[in-house]
Amino acid sequence: MAVATLAIVVQRNLFAVVILLGIYSFMMAAVLVALDAVDVAMTEASVGAGVSTVLLLGALYLTKGDELKPLHRPLLPLGVAAATGLVLVYGTLGLPAFSDPSAPIHRHVAPRYISEGPRETGVPNIVTAVLASYRGYDTLGETTVVFTAGAGVIALLRRIRRRKKEGDPQ
Amino acid sequence: MREYLVLRVIAKMMIAFMLLFALYVQFHGDFGPGGGFQAGVISAAAIIFYAVIYGLPAARRVVPEWLVETMVGAGVLLYATVGLAGIVLGGNYLDYFVLDSNPVHGQVRGIFWVEAGVFITVSGVMLKIFYLFAGRRRNEGPET
Repeated sequence: MAVATLAIVVQRNLFAVVILLGIYSFMMAAVLVALDAVDVAMTEASVGAGVSTVLLLGALYLTKGDELKPLHRPLLPLGVAAATGLVLVYGTLGLPAFSDPSAPIHRHVAPRYISEGPRETGVPNIVTAVLASYRGYDTLGETTVVFTAGAGVIALLRRIRRRKKEGDPQ
Repeated sequence: MREYLVLRVIAKMMIAFMLLFALYVQFHGDFGPGGGFQAGVISAAAIIFYAVIYGLPAARRVVPEWLVETMVGAGVLLYATVGLAGIVLGGNYLDYFVLDSNPVHGQVRGIFWVEAGVFITVSGVMLKIFYLFAGRRRNEGPET
């Protein structure tokens, strides 16, 4: 994954970058499967590697295939990114160890979902039960976000298209 | 891509299975991995695949523009309506226990409709974005 990330940064040909992003998404999906998060892995593989690759290729068709040389020297952004990364890594040191059963996240509501979820909702997949039932508000919000994103894209792209149509007869 | 016979035949064979897999992910999401979001993306990918191989006009005939735009809004509305149904039947908003006389069946029913709403909106939005991008390409094509 580190190799793919470095290649994405170094590569100037955007077509190669899109394909590398797809490869990166598939590797990310494999990592998520290894972490037993199959639902998330499925989403990552279908959205990250599938649909977004197609959409990026479609966007690429409208633009040029090569990234321009950067106008500024990338030292300051690089420094900011490295500093942020270091702070984040420092922050992870304070988190409980991976798969620590006494971590707060495993002691709050998760045991109730695991023990009561299948009985209360009749749905054996706890992820679905939490997503659609216990956290129904959140999922409603997420669906609204998707709707808003779609509405935004419609508003942006359709206006351009209509203007083109009006411009054609002139 | 209309001249590539192998692609056309393979695509025709695969799209049926992709749609079937999307339905499996949708309705089997209660038991295995998956759910409305993943199924919506997969079904949209099947239609996008069709559009890539057979051209955008053919895909627009299969899934017309008005249907996609209706789907974008209808999914959220369906989701919100499930929530309102909970209020009407005497519970809280998005309370599924009251949707059936048996609370567990009510939960299953509520989750089913909510997932259906997610599926409709997600696949509608994905398709709409693709149509818009691809449509721009087509409109710009003759000019350049």
